[in-house]
Amino acid sequence: MRILGIESSCDETGIAIYDSERGLEAHTLYSQIELHLEYGGVVPELASRDHVRKTVPLIKQLLAESGLTLADLDGIAYTAGPGLIGALLVGAGIGRSLAWSLGIPAVAVHHMEGHLLAPMLEAEAPAFPFVALLASGGHTMLVQVEGIGQYQLLGETVDDAAGEAFDKTAKLLGLGYPGGPAIAKIAEQGTPGRFRFPRPMTNRPGLEFSFSGLKTFAVNTLAESAGDDQSKADIALAFEVAVAETMAIKCRRALEQTGLKRLVLAGGVSANRRLRQRLAVLAAERGAKLYYPRAEFCTDNGAMIAYAGCARLMAGQSEGLVIQARARWPLEQLSAVT
Amino acid sequence: MNILAIETSTEACSAALLVNGEIKERFETAPRGHGDLILQMVDGLLADAGLKPQQLSVIAFGRGPGAFTGVRIATSVVQGIALGAGLPVVAVSTLAALAQGGYRQHQYPMMLCAMDARMAEIYWGTYRIESGLAVVQGQECVCPAASAPAVSGDGWQGIGSGWNVYGEQLAEHYGAQVSLCDPAALPRAWDVALLAERDYRNGMAVSAELALPVYLRDNVVSRS
Repeated sequence: MRILGIESSCDETGIAIYDSERGLEAHTLYSQIELHLEYGGVVPELASRDHVRKTVPLIKQLLAESGLTLADLDGIAYTAGPGLIGALLVGAGIGRSLAWSLGIPAVAVHHMEGHLLAPMLEAEAPAFPFVALLASGGHTMLVQVEGIGQYQLLGETVDDAAGEAFDKTAKLLGLGYPGGPAIAKIAEQGTPGRFRFPRPMTNRPGLEFSFSGLKTFAVNTLAESAGDDQSKADIALAFEVAVAETMAIKCRRALEQTGLKRLVLAGGVSANRRLRQRLAVLAAERGAKLYYPRAEFCTDNGAMIAYAGCARLMAGQSEGLVIQARARWPLEQLSAVT
Repeated sequence: MNILAIETSTEACSAALLVNGEIKERFETAPRGHGDLILQMVDGLLADAGLKPQQLSVIAFGRGPGAFTGVRIATSVVQGIALGAGLPVVAVSTLAALAQGGYRQHQYPMMLCAMDARMAEIYWGTYRIESGLAVVQGQECVCPAASAPAVSGDGWQGIGSGWNVYGEQLAEHYGAQVSLCDPAALPRAWDVALLAERDYRNGMAVSAELALPVYLRDNVVSRS
């Protein structure tokens, strides 16, 4: 079964073609980062306007490059939430209507399920069950994954998402958007041990996260420092270490609690190298194995949507003749694919 | 010629199918229900006519102005169908559709079209009927009702929700130049189809990716 995947939940238009027999056949991504840069964050209306310009040209381009035609497709998958409602509706509108005109089924995919399953696109894919840490600009959660659609939320952030904390701290340090890569870059010049940031919510049991306090701590630390480049690099390093260490503590607890030996790292923040290294150490200590997608599939992409959609379409699930998107959509509401 | 038209830029949601000069339309007022309705309307119209999407000549849509999300629903549906069925697209102004409806229902010959644009503004267009079809006079714009463009002469008709929400300002602004008014009128796919037939004959169809909204309001964000 060959599926076209469309991702448009935020500021990236991702298109991909996944085949259940041949694997990932093609993918492309258009990022709107430049468009939102001057506003220091994603402007929803501008994002929607850009998706409506880019989606069809990207589909045409991808088909041409891969030597495929629309007639070669067996289904269309598109992100239907959670995310920016206006942006989601563009992908859903184009995807659902395209499927209707081709007379093939369509399926509405949960964005976070896409991220959870992104490591499945790699040669060395994790088997079920596993524990997943999903960390992005909009979400931070630990999920026990028994199978596709069988998700148990173990814990999530009570305030800012990890990626959001990176963005806010980067802005504070006068760095660009998105904050993750910017902080990681200057942290390389940081002095280890000069500052020590708290590890929020680790001194009590539970798998909840909180990151808003780190931003406040960064504000105060910067105010008390000379505010020079070295101090900023030191703050960036201390912040990054605190996030990685906090996540490692929570992941260790999740592995202990579930007794599982596979840990999956997904979402945009999973591209952070310090976090990957820290979790690799944790996995080694616990005799567990760490999995994460290649860098380009850590952030939003069409490939993960095509993959998740393919699994659901092959299980006979499909969307009715409606164009629906949801800004909020609890992961646990998804139906299991058996 | 077979034309499919859709219009979702206001609280109304409609689809129309023009086959050999005869139009069938589905119309519902359904705020926020457009996504649930529009493909069902389209599917039902084609099924009733025994047509497949590939048997259409062209697909048309209300390109705006109007509610941003609504305009993009029509745009994305049209892009998806046009891409899948290999059809050309005609983009029709929602203000033109409003004017065409004013002629069809009230025989209004010269109209001042105003749709509520929120933020104390209206979407504005001046239209005359020529050979039974709406033709824009000058440029459409978004502006406060009190500074809507001046027109010359008398006997104009007002149409659209702008005449409801800003009726007093517009009445004061144009005075005796406006004789009749239909503030309850909404743009409909029926009229989009009529105008698309003309525009298609005039070679104004484009491919799927060039079927884009016209928002009129483009300063949607303030720099921080």
